[in-house]
Amino acid sequence: MTFELTAAQIEHQRRCRDFVAQEVMPRAEAYDESGIFPADLARGMGRAGYLGAVLPVAQGGLGVDMTAFGLQNEEFGRGCASARSLITVHSMVLVSLLRWGSASQKERWLPLLATGERLAAFALSEPQSGSDANSLETSAVRQGDHYVLHGRKKWISFGQLAGLFLLFAKLEGQSTAFLVERDSPGLVVEPIAPLGGCRASMLAELRLEHCQVPDSHLLGRPGAGWTYVANAALDHGRYSVAWGCVGMAQACLAASLAYVSRRRQFGVYLKEHPLVQEMLTDMVAGVEAARLLCRQAGYLQESADPGAMVATSLAKYYAARTAVHVAGDAVQLHGANGFSRDYPIHRHWRDAKVMEVIEGSRQIQQMVIGRAYAADQSVDEPA
Amino acid sequence: MSEQNIQQTVAAFLSRHTHGAELGGNDDIFAMGFVNSLFAMQIVLFVEKKFGITVENEDLEPDNFRSVNAIVRFVSRKLAAPAEPSASL
Repeated sequence: MTFELTAAQIEHQRRCRDFVAQEVMPRAEAYDESGIFPADLARGMGRAGYLGAVLPVAQGGLGVDMTAFGLQNEEFGRGCASARSLITVHSMVLVSLLRWGSASQKERWLPLLATGERLAAFALSEPQSGSDANSLETSAVRQGDHYVLHGRKKWISFGQLAGLFLLFAKLEGQSTAFLVERDSPGLVVEPIAPLGGCRASMLAELRLEHCQVPDSHLLGRPGAGWTYVANAALDHGRYSVAWGCVGMAQACLAASLAYVSRRRQFGVYLKEHPLVQEMLTDMVAGVEAARLLCRQAGYLQESADPGAMVATSLAKYYAARTAVHVAGDAVQLHGANGFSRDYPIHRHWRDAKVMEVIEGSRQIQQMVIGRAYAADQSVDEPA
Repeated sequence: MSEQNIQQTVAAFLSRHTHGAELGGNDDIFAMGFVNSLFAMQIVLFVEKKFGITVENEDLEPDNFRSVNAIVRFVSRKLAAPAEPSASL
């Protein structure tokens, strides 16, 4: 693992930064307040290639490596967690198709997803099944040349805009993944609003009532839904969220540094107060450490290392905690201004807490990391 | 790579996820409770990276990953098979 970024990674980050500065940041406060993610922004992100960034160039993507994809998520995270969330859930479906899809599924869906012409969402959670994600109640029954699905899905990010859902149901008692088109007979999509954080992530509840899905839309194989398809997708999602948290924390840190450098209290700038310096030091250390954990996860992901999944959980766990702490300290440093819509800090603060819940809660990450390290008795040996 | 080398590599990897347990060649790591969904996916990533094979949907049978010997047989079979064009576009 090297610390220096390649020229291609730096260029991709610069492109993302410019896009976010021009297209996301000027509008983020307004669409956060309305709770409506602008459709034209989603289209713009698709046209620029950010929704299909991880797809190989030959398949219509940008073909960026995992480090560059991480940097992309950091840049979007700096601007808006909802915009980053669109990249997350869309990419989770995209990489699932790439990994587990049949040739005909890839041929049909990848070109549409690569450009964002069709948006995709990941439909795993249910009203009674969150962290215990394998305890699905949604069922699938084979009938002739199609499956019939019954059940409900809840908290589906960008479910309101998605044209394709990667949806999990129990088939003969086994978790199985299906590609469900929005216009499938028997599928009803209902908005969930208003939200306290990530307000523009267009959450939806899906009701499946005798929903018919062609048998060709089963992804992977029966029984592989949770163990393989969902786990691999969630690993990708955690990676995206972790980097997004770094961006969010970086934004809070940058805003705080600017604020304490211009606001004076007790005759000196805030930055001159030792207690403020202590807070800034904790914020800087947290951001830098989280970024390094994300870089490590990216390196392991790129090399398809089996340790990548635990490293990604670790990055997500730490980056999400850092985002919560740094955003909280940023509000503290901004005082009453931290609650004003004149500053983006309050939005990052609300969004940061969401990061400790989505794509595996903080406690789920702790279980994954704790169990993995407890099982590995060689952990004290040199790598 | 010889079957013995594959066997040693697989056993060393599994032992890192089984609290250092000494696994017999045919010990069922699923029945012994060592395999959760995360580890199942890690085994797939491991054999793909270590042996340069691709685990396809039809390979996702627990019997291919149930024990050291099962994984060795699976890897040997994949390595011996003639290279097929990828299912990818």
